[in-house]
Amino acid sequence: MSDRLDADVAIVGAGPAGIAAAVAAAESGRRVALLDAAPGPGGQIWRHRSVDELSRTARRWLGRLDASGARMLPGASVFSLSPKHLDAEFEGAHLRIDAKALILATGAMERWLPFPGWTLPGVVGVGGIQALIKSGADLTGKRVIVAGTGPLLLPVAATLARSGARLAMVAEQAPFNRVAAFAAGLWRWPGRLLQAAAYRRAFFRARYLTGTWVTHAAAGDHGLRVTLSNDRREWSVACDFLCTGAGLVPSTELARLLGCELDGRVVRVDRYQQTSVPRVFAAGEPTGNSGADAALVEGTIAGLTAAGAAVRAERHFPARDRHRAFARAVGTAFAPRPELFRLADAETIVCRCEDIPLGALRAGWSAREAKLATRIGMGPCQGRVCGPILEALFGAAPDTVRIPVWPTAVGALAGAGSDSIPESVPSGIPAEPWL
Amino acid sequence: MAAPVEIRINGVSHRVPADVSLAAALLSMGFGVMHRSVSGMPRGPVCGMGICFECQVIVDGDPHRRACLERVRDGMEVRTDE
Repeated sequence: MSDRLDADVAIVGAGPAGIAAAVAAAESGRRVALLDAAPGPGGQIWRHRSVDELSRTARRWLGRLDASGARMLPGASVFSLSPKHLDAEFEGAHLRIDAKALILATGAMERWLPFPGWTLPGVVGVGGIQALIKSGADLTGKRVIVAGTGPLLLPVAATLARSGARLAMVAEQAPFNRVAAFAAGLWRWPGRLLQAAAYRRAFFRARYLTGTWVTHAAAGDHGLRVTLSNDRREWSVACDFLCTGAGLVPSTELARLLGCELDGRVVRVDRYQQTSVPRVFAAGEPTGNSGADAALVEGTIAGLTAAGAAVRAERHFPARDRHRAFARAVGTAFAPRPELFRLADAETIVCRCEDIPLGALRAGWSAREAKLATRIGMGPCQGRVCGPILEALFGAAPDTVRIPVWPTAVGALAGAGSDSIPESVPSGIPAEPWL
Repeated sequence: MAAPVEIRINGVSHRVPADVSLAAALLSMGFGVMHRSVSGMPRGPVCGMGICFECQVIVDGDPHRRACLERVRDGMEVRTDE
């Protein structure tokens, strides 16, 4: 079973960046296909069951998307692509989309650094608990600890408090002086400052502790027993859910599969959001963690440029640069502290899919060598969780990306056929501004 | 809120709101363990967005379904590996 669709612009990811890109390109008269694995648009940050839950900004963008004429393909999982086409599993079959330009708006995922007990049921991601509550999980009366880093802790704590969970504390691993310096600089982004204050009011009953992190978790008689440290002392707290994370990792699998150049972990783009591969654009989190406001601007720039309206895109450069400065400030203030890289012991699981403990791994291995020796990264998540851990703990170079980038039904794979195997893109080709 | 639907979890019927994900429904009802790892450790959801595969359950006989990506449906037959 195979279906085909032609588009001027194909966009992967229907969060703020993808929505803004789709709106910009479709309102410029282009035929747009917008794909997302989720059942509807919104991405993680605008995940919702009813639009009433969303901010006015989010509702306005979703309304514009509806009216724009862009074709939204929900539940479409892209498993392979080239600069000119996408292969997706859509409604149980293969869907091929041929496009003149691609925009990768694939978002980010959480980054975890392993500690003893992190695989216990009840230990959830910070963004993970947010997603589960937005999907309808009822945690009324549950005792919850949030222990992670960065601005994401605040909306998650607010969501938990409003949901009726008993939020015991919010632990920020960054030291007080860094958090204070970051907060003191927030006047440059007044919107963010107001938002942070509103979130803090929503969880005013819970303490917000800086310089505090989880050292281990164990199964207790009733729920979890979590041990925290603030460098001066260690103490234990009982809870039902521990929400933890060490920031975000940009999702760059598709960009890497296309041979787009990276700067460290993020996709390198020019001023028009074009990657090193001509006519392939990236917007939002894959180009650096800057949040929804930045994603909207970057998506708009990518969408306009892909639609041939680069001059109009230039008007949005100053706003984008302001958001990038925010991303840099976040990166500096909330970098994971060295202690977080040393929490795992020899028995601590690093690869959750294959149950590979830290003790099975050797320093000096690349991700590929580690995989061949231990099966690490060979489970269904395809190294999405353990890859960043290997990189953080051992400096292991990430393995190459291979198709299918998600576990895919054999029927859909068969539909894609051999012409879907991406051509290798020679590196070093200068990116032509596509106007 | 939409009318509730009935799903069977490990052979027992439960009424759940119609507009929730399966992972959310399971968590709300106290099914924190959704599958066992390759070496038999109990595991529950982590990422909530389809990446970690720790919320795998059996849906209508189909294994390896990620409960966080699955919307509840009336008559859905779910097995957790608890």
